[in-house]
Amino acid sequence: MTRQTQKPVLSAAGIVAGYRPDLPILHGVEVAVTAGEVATIIGPNGAGKSTLIKAIAGLVAISAGTVLLDGEDITGQPAHQLARLGAGFVPQTGNVFASLTIQENLILGGIGLGRGEAFARVKEIYQRYPMLGEKRHDKAATLSGGQRQILAVARVLIMRPRLILLDEPTAGLSPMAAAELFQLVRVLAADGAAILMVEQNARAALKMSDTGFVLAEGQNRLSGPASDLLADAKVGQIFLGQRGAAKKAAKKAARKSSSKGANR
Amino acid sequence: MFMQHFADGILSGAIVALGAIGLSFTMKILRFANFSHSELLTWGGYLALIFLAFAGSFTDLSASKISPFSFGWPMLFAMLGSAAATSLLAVLLHYLVFRRLARTAGHMTLVFASFGIALLLRHLVLLFWGHDPIYYSNELQFAIRIPGGARVMPDQVFLLGLTILVVVFLHLFLTRSRTGIAMRGVAENPELARITGVNVDWIIIWVWVIGASGAAISGVLYGMTVQLRPELGFSLILPLFAAAILGGAGSLYGAVLGGLIVGLSENLSVMVIPSTYKPAVPFLLILVILYFRPDGIFGERK
Repeated sequence: MTRQTQKPVLSAAGIVAGYRPDLPILHGVEVAVTAGEVATIIGPNGAGKSTLIKAIAGLVAISAGTVLLDGEDITGQPAHQLARLGAGFVPQTGNVFASLTIQENLILGGIGLGRGEAFARVKEIYQRYPMLGEKRHDKAATLSGGQRQILAVARVLIMRPRLILLDEPTAGLSPMAAAELFQLVRVLAADGAAILMVEQNARAALKMSDTGFVLAEGQNRLSGPASDLLADAKVGQIFLGQRGAAKKAAKKAARKSSSKGANR
Repeated sequence: MFMQHFADGILSGAIVALGAIGLSFTMKILRFANFSHSELLTWGGYLALIFLAFAGSFTDLSASKISPFSFGWPMLFAMLGSAAATSLLAVLLHYLVFRRLARTAGHMTLVFASFGIALLLRHLVLLFWGHDPIYYSNELQFAIRIPGGARVMPDQVFLLGLTILVVVFLHLFLTRSRTGIAMRGVAENPELARITGVNVDWIIIWVWVIGASGAAISGVLYGMTVQLRPELGFSLILPLFAAAILGGAGSLYGAVLGGLIVGLSENLSVMVIPSTYKPAVPFLLILVILYFRPDGIFGERK
């Protein structure tokens, strides 16, 4: 079955949401992500990207619209229920419990499971990410930025989520750590999770994504395969920092046409 | 003389420590200064009377004494019953007042509401049990001499032993149980705890239960070693806050250490200043802590 014909794991439609009921930031936004797909939301500052991902995660109140997880209506469910239902969220900042050990962070990730099962899954995580196993008794505060992101993602993985929401996962990371994190995201998608990501580094994120959504002023502006968005001159000009490149191209074209005219 | 004041300081510090644990957790996790917490000590002490009377209807209280203490198993049953009933009272206050206000009002509103609740609780005790001091037992106790020359009552030794037991139990709960780890997680970052799958509302109930149980046990121990009176909690409000602030909000060990420091400094102060100034010592401690280390000994620096 191709991605286009697959039923979406996440399907959000007509989302109106904001931090105050009388002041919505999102005005009828739609997103859909299928299993094994990486979708990136891009847009200018204040477009409502993080608000959208927080609304789906149950942290921002949704005043209209529906969010479906594998066809089940999860609109307005409390955040802790969504995590237990298999919608894991990794926020941009403060995404690990710095005062707890790595093991305690992972144990909390499995709080919705039985004790035995939770501990078995923590062991699985140690096999998958040996660095976490080696440092299991260290406080999370001692980890580097990249290691913290791995711990934050690993904590979400304990629940074997169907949907993983990532809010600017590479913020504050070195280029090498960011590249490693993108690789990790692709592995998670290959394992079958649907991934919806907000990323400031739009170009790099679209390069590794399957789908992209462009938001502006709390509304959908464009959406489609990530490669198409990357090639779209308008998207490139406004969101991917190609304004200068586009101007140069326009000037070059103008020079060409004027020189042709002179030759005539 | 020093050893006697030192021993008295440790014993009164243990009572303050037990009461301060709950206050410290409330300050960190619920993020407000609950001035009604000290009244839970009073209620804990008085509610034990009901359970003691209930146990007394089944057995002869003086015959069930466990030597050398002034009490027997009915008192232990009363202590447990009081802890459960005080927890119920605290959870009720949470649902009726604090939870509702937390949704609609700011932290200062919660603080002022806690003042109101403290007054209400104190006067309800006066209404139900009257103003006169009450004792759990009229049995006479003989002090025992401990190394260093100080004299303590057997009940006071029990007080210290029970405090240590409660602290060890709470340490194991906070570090070994998933609910305890979740409580520490909520204290650090409630939003992250929510998205991790922690039912924060449930954890808050646990905070009230642990805090109220500690307060109730502290109130019963005060009643056993001193006396029950309606102003019991009110007289401890400053030492409790001094201990919680000194130790650092949300820290079990901080509250215990803070309680011991407050108890010791109060009792040792009488060696250098007139004993009438003793109640001012916790106030001075609060000022000194807030000036030099506002986040407390174990608190995280902001």
